[in-house]
Amino acid sequence: MRKKVEYTQLIHEEKKHTKAQRMTDNFEPNIIAFLCNWCAYAGADLAGTSRIKYPPNMKSIRVMCSGRVDPAFILEALKNGADGILVAGCHPRDCHYQSGNYKAKRRILLLKKLLHQLGINPSRVRFEYISASEGQRFASAVTEFVDDLKKFGPNPLSGVA
Amino acid sequence: MKMRQTKNPEKLKLAFYWAASCGGCEIAALDIDEKILDVVAVADILFWPVAIDTKYKDIEAMEDKSIDVCFFNGAIRTSENEHMAKLLRSKSKVLVAFGACAHTGGIPGLANVGSREEVFNVAYLDNPSTENPNKITPKTSIKVKEGELTLPEFYDTVKSLNQVVDVDYYLPGCPPSPELISEAIDTIVQNKLPPKGSVLAPSKSVCDECKFEKCEKKISEIKRIYEVKEVDPNKCLLEQGIVCMGPATRGGCDARCLNANMPCTGCGGPTPESSDQGAKMISALASILGVKDEEKMDEKEVEELIEKVRDPLGTFYKYALPTSLINRRVMK
Amino acid sequence: MKIGVYICECGTNIAATVDVEKVSEYTKSLPNVAVSRFYKYMCSDPGQELIEKDIKELNLDRVVVASCSPRMHEPTFRGVLEQAGLNPYCFEMVNIREQCSWVHDDGQKATEKANALIAGAVARAAFLEPLEKKEVSVIPKALVIGGGIAGIQAALEIADKGFRVYLVERNPSLGGRMAQLDKTFPTLDCSACILTPKMVDVNRHPNIKLLTYSEVVDVQGYVGNFKVKVKKKPRYVDEAKCIGCGLCAEACRLKNRIQNEFDVGLGKRSAIYVQFPQAVPLKYTIDPEHCLTLKVGKCGDFPLCKKACDKDAINFDQKEEVVELEVGTIVVATGFDLFDPLQKPEYGYGKYGNVITGLEFERLVSASGPTGGHIEVNGRNPEKVVFIQCVGSRDKDGNEYCSRVCCMYTAKQAHLVKEKIPDAEVTIFYTDVRAFGKGFEEFYNRVQGEDVVYRRRELDDPIEVVKQGDKVVVRANGHPDTEADLVVLATGIIPRKDTKELTRILNINESADGFLLEAHPKLRPIDTFTDGIFIAGCCQSPKDIPDTVAQASAAASRVCNILSKKQLEIEATIAHVDELMCRGCGFCVEVCPYGAIKLKEVNQFGHTVEVAEVNEALCKGCGACSAACLSGAIQHHGFDDGQILAMINVLAGG
Repeated sequence: MRKKVEYTQLIHEEKKHTKAQRMTDNFEPNIIAFLCNWCAYAGADLAGTSRIKYPPNMKSIRVMCSGRVDPAFILEALKNGADGILVAGCHPRDCHYQSGNYKAKRRILLLKKLLHQLGINPSRVRFEYISASEGQRFASAVTEFVDDLKKFGPNPLSGVA
Repeated sequence: MKMRQTKNPEKLKLAFYWAASCGGCEIAALDIDEKILDVVAVADILFWPVAIDTKYKDIEAMEDKSIDVCFFNGAIRTSENEHMAKLLRSKSKVLVAFGACAHTGGIPGLANVGSREEVFNVAYLDNPSTENPNKITPKTSIKVKEGELTLPEFYDTVKSLNQVVDVDYYLPGCPPSPELISEAIDTIVQNKLPPKGSVLAPSKSVCDECKFEKCEKKISEIKRIYEVKEVDPNKCLLEQGIVCMGPATRGGCDARCLNANMPCTGCGGPTPESSDQGAKMISALASILGVKDEEKMDEKEVEELIEKVRDPLGTFYKYALPTSLINRRVMK
Repeated sequence: MKIGVYICECGTNIAATVDVEKVSEYTKSLPNVAVSRFYKYMCSDPGQELIEKDIKELNLDRVVVASCSPRMHEPTFRGVLEQAGLNPYCFEMVNIREQCSWVHDDGQKATEKANALIAGAVARAAFLEPLEKKEVSVIPKALVIGGGIAGIQAALEIADKGFRVYLVERNPSLGGRMAQLDKTFPTLDCSACILTPKMVDVNRHPNIKLLTYSEVVDVQGYVGNFKVKVKKKPRYVDEAKCIGCGLCAEACRLKNRIQNEFDVGLGKRSAIYVQFPQAVPLKYTIDPEHCLTLKVGKCGDFPLCKKACDKDAINFDQKEEVVELEVGTIVVATGFDLFDPLQKPEYGYGKYGNVITGLEFERLVSASGPTGGHIEVNGRNPEKVVFIQCVGSRDKDGNEYCSRVCCMYTAKQAHLVKEKIPDAEVTIFYTDVRAFGKGFEEFYNRVQGEDVVYRRRELDDPIEVVKQGDKVVVRANGHPDTEADLVVLATGIIPRKDTKELTRILNINESADGFLLEAHPKLRPIDTFTDGIFIAGCCQSPKDIPDTVAQASAAASRVCNILSKKQLEIEATIAHVDELMCRGCGFCVEVCPYGAIKLKEVNQFGHTVEVAEVNEALCKGCGACSAACLSGAIQHHGFDDGQILAMINVLAGG
């Protein structure tokens, strides 16, 4: 008589439970932001020196150029539970390294197509052009993103190891 | 029927098993041609459902680690696949994930864009050639007047072999090439196996074995093969705008597809250092697509250019979705 | 692995919002953390000593400092590590000020965020590797872009220190805006008198190569090693032969027919011209937009200038030339434009002939100007002159900044009117009089004492100029209508219209107001974010001549800091290839914007294979190659996959 097998599959009921827990009125999205050193990070610093307030949901990772951002980083962030990912670089034609921002844009566009196929809202990945003098714009972008993510709800992958 | 006893206890005891597979790996094993005679000279095959009538209970009755090497092909799609994976793991000294399905999930892995319900819906209910007015779909058990009938559980998510048991070695490819298989057999017989966890294939990409000439990696647009009026028979396909997974895929296959003038689709799985075959190709491809004119293109033109890649998931994750960073579409 | 974590209170800047003590406690529990401290000012001497002591006594492998932005103090703390004998790249900085305490109100959330950020940094720190700083040689030459007072001052000081300077000026002559001014506030020095000796010094200086009527069109390279392409526009006059006698201009068929840009359209010149009589170099230039020979191919029977020139200096076959210069540093001193009051029709500029701008007034009152220094409207001295301040400045809908010099130059111009036309009625419509500098307030009081009437208005109170017969009337809220024969608009300083283009050529940034961006508004007002490129004068922000000269001196000093070194240390965070992992696919080669990566053949295990190689001198450390690499063979030192992934795993998991 063949033994009944234990089902050790990823239990999506477990996922649903965790998701339900997070999807309360108190859901605070967790955003990872990749900010380029010369423009976006400086813009974020300017928001700071100007004391412009924005929600604390964003945690930044400084890279020298938005062109450093590998789509695999974004997938890792999503897999680990981040609700949203912001990638911010210099405006077109202003990249400190000439063209990193163009590559970043193309990679993220292609990645978004993949996310859509994976059933993940592509708007969870947000690509912004922010210059070193755009402190207010930075703050507004983060605020808007937090609001959007609150509407989208928690990362549907959260609860998955 | 009694299990065939080994006449010579010195002979290697081998097993072959197919889980969720197409049978191609079985054929591939035979593609080593005459070498199969060398194999049976040094080994006894104890278990090979396609060829030998050994039963599961015979395997269950074996002592742990009594099989020297088990070649396990196919992905883990059902509870039966999982059960056999665990069974063969306990009964085998060395477990080799044979072929793309066992290695990275393979083609069956693409079903991870759906769920059991969606797969059953298409297979049994909602397709043009099925008449199923009573909407009967497989169940794991049903009581009939004679007793209870059971079927394996069909999981929502396809997994690779190493996602359910510890795997000792991997033979990549869909199917693995005869050269790789030969080489693997020789390594086993001569007891020269590399450290556990190794992939028994070169660590270079398919490009290393490919006949096409590589010039500069700048593509101005992506084309489907039929859209290319004249494929240059000497030039790298990717450089001609045809998506080829060669750069992101482990070699060892002698670039067979490229030799037949077809682009690589990635069946060898990721190269050693890559965390995600598809993500790496997405990054690399998007980096060089449109790179020559990137300063001149406006937002709309960039979007249109990327739009040309119609199916990123199917193109870049054809064989390795279950073992990628995000291994399935979000469950609805 | 022993990691030291140091949290700064930054006075109350961080501590007022982030509970620094709690954070320190929390960080003690993070993996590999050997010690965690907090202190009021981590960047101060005692703060730095704390870290140095711990490194030496506790044998720390890595240091994490949570304080202000790394763009602020990363070099400071890296210096501390070096001092303590630890490789400076074993350092990670966490921004809990600009991007935490300063932007969040909720103390608890800010503290939690600080915890998470530090946890991420600690995870990343464990993967940091010691890096060796590269050294590059320095070309002991400087480039100064702009031949106004800022450029002239900077060039002279650098040249005096013994370094070769190329001074590039787009106009045919040096002098810039200062040459257009009459007398300067508050001392009423004659502008040309103090400027021209310096212009001559530049021309004579053995270390300065003057490239006038030229423009910088391309800049490549990096600090210590810039390659600059300069386009020399054709003068159609052989500079070696021209002696500046002016006979050509006298003879020109278009004499007095072309608007003279130097006189802001008020005067006229010939098609062959010098900008002003004291031009340096005193060489004539032919204007290709108007010269008949150049425009239509023929000038009567024979070009009259050529006939007149007995040195045979005229050469219509001259072509544009592009020269390549190699320099170690660049000073940008490109000056400013002035607000165009046509954008504000209420002032009547362009409509009424007796409404002029401040600069046009300067030309009227200059002895070398179109009227020989007579202030006149329709041939007569005006009896009533009205000045209107803040035209195009302090405008919430336009340029929000204050143009800084207009209050003083208006006061000066009012004084000059009184000096030349003692009976004139002079009125100034102002909002504030900004007389902040040395001698400014005293001058302002003096002008008021000369019967110049100051009428105050609010910035957004409407003011307009309307016609009344052959006079105009200035109508301002709260004041009786003021009749005027001449209205002078104090137009504000604005950035040059090709500033954006310049920032792209040089790879520097613009500020929000369109001027050039300095590296730090207080502590680094001369540096830009691109090492080796400095800014001075009004291109950075509106300022008067004393401040411009001070900045130019500062820029010269910054330049000499670099040029006086034989070797310069540059960033070690560049790309690097692991040849065993590299498969020679060539993607990185195409991705690199500097062409810093090439494929080369190597022998691996008896086979000849191609692998990538990074030219360390050209790599600027952007990391684009690393993201494109399919095998992870090319990695960005300091920002490699392992380090960033470690950080992502921690930050996302929270």
